[in-house]
Amino acid sequence: MKPLPRLFAFAAPKSFYRLATLTIPWLYGLALLLSAWGLYTGFFVAPTDATQGDSYRIIFVHVPAAWMSMVLYMAMAGWAAFGWAANARLASMMARAIAPTGAAFTFLALWTGAFWGKPTWGAWWVWDARLTSELILLFLYLGFMALVEAIDDTRRADHAGALLAIVGAVNVPIIYFSVRWWNTLHQGASISMTAAPKMASTMLMAMLLMALAFWAYAFAVVFSRARAIVLEREAGSEWVQAMALKNAGVSNDLE
Amino acid sequence: MSPLAAVLARDLRLASRRPAEALLPVVFFVVAASLFPLGVGPEAATLRQIAPGIVWVCALLASMLSLGSMYASDHADGSLEQMLLSRLSALELAAAKSFAHWLMTGVPLLLVSPLLGLLFGLSWDAIGLMALGLLLGTPTLSLLGGMGAALTLGLRNAAVLILLIVLPLCIPVLIFGAGAVSAAASGLAPDGHLYLLGALLLLTALGAPVATAAALRISV
Repeated sequence: MKPLPRLFAFAAPKSFYRLATLTIPWLYGLALLLSAWGLYTGFFVAPTDATQGDSYRIIFVHVPAAWMSMVLYMAMAGWAAFGWAANARLASMMARAIAPTGAAFTFLALWTGAFWGKPTWGAWWVWDARLTSELILLFLYLGFMALVEAIDDTRRADHAGALLAIVGAVNVPIIYFSVRWWNTLHQGASISMTAAPKMASTMLMAMLLMALAFWAYAFAVVFSRARAIVLEREAGSEWVQAMALKNAGVSNDLE
Repeated sequence: MSPLAAVLARDLRLASRRPAEALLPVVFFVVAASLFPLGVGPEAATLRQIAPGIVWVCALLASMLSLGSMYASDHADGSLEQMLLSRLSALELAAAKSFAHWLMTGVPLLLVSPLLGLLFGLSWDAIGLMALGLLLGTPTLSLLGGMGAALTLGLRNAAVLILLIVLPLCIPVLIFGAGAVSAAASGLAPDGHLYLLGALLLLTALGAPVATAAALRISV
């Protein structure tokens, strides 16, 4: 018999659960360490910006959060689609575990964007193409979460969520470009966010460190959430029940 | 009669039996749009400037209004299951249902829109452009809405969920539809917007029935 390819070794909820349990403390530790390092570099080492003063320093949170918001949407849609096409349960669980984290990063990007906008542009919110499409991305996350939460049957919820996530992913570029054209038609180039000044290398360093910290955090949180979903959905299986009995200190007849 | 035409004729006949219900979206459209001058103020110049946006947003909301009933009653009495089991493909069913929805909601909105244009003091050119935009844009809304209706079939709060799911996807239609009139008003050629609306319609007409058929198979 041919051995199973190692690629799918963790597709079984049980082995994923073990992997997650092992890695979660390390991932949280890594996230803490990297964000401490990144924030220190960003707030104390990186030079003050010539035009924006110290208020620019929020980009060390803002830009990585915006990156994560987009990457996580694609990851969510990818896992959901894979779970639907291949009927892989764990992939669907991952998609559901990613959604709240993605929405949180989107919200964080909008929030920190507002904090940056107030001192820089003098307004909490500007109907700029990027801000608007980020807001719409938040709506897409909320739609996905609302839909999967509203359906009680997990199988139907997973598949319906996958369909919506795919349609959303197809629409993201259309929405992005339409918002850009809308923006240029309506308000002219009052503010340009694209012409970034040349960045000091410490600034870039801080931003990359924060991006890595957010990656570690996203993995940690998504794994924690996926672990809970695995337990919830596999509650009827033998290994979960055996584990529950063991944790409760009851002698275990199942093994 | 082909199965596709049969579904279409059935939906239209069902709607004609309850004309008051079928007219609700149009009434909503007119009432909602006439609230804006009361909120914004009666200055003719302001109203003329925001009219395309108002008409489009109200048309968008009005066509979302009747989505809940698109598949729901057929689902409740079991006829949707029978239709999916029949020789009619789910794809045809989805296309016919969306087309029927457009005939019952989109076309009346289209016919009433010149009236609203006059209320807001638009020129005849702008009114014609707005109607042309609605002609190209409202079928897209019905197609996307059909997908939302199929996904939320039989759920609690389906009516609100549909809005949350479908509205973000409709944003490009809103932008180009209202943009065509605004562009013409500021002296630019509106052709680009109309072409893009047409492109969106083609893309949705090809993609949305497939997605709706898949959603029906998931939901039923």
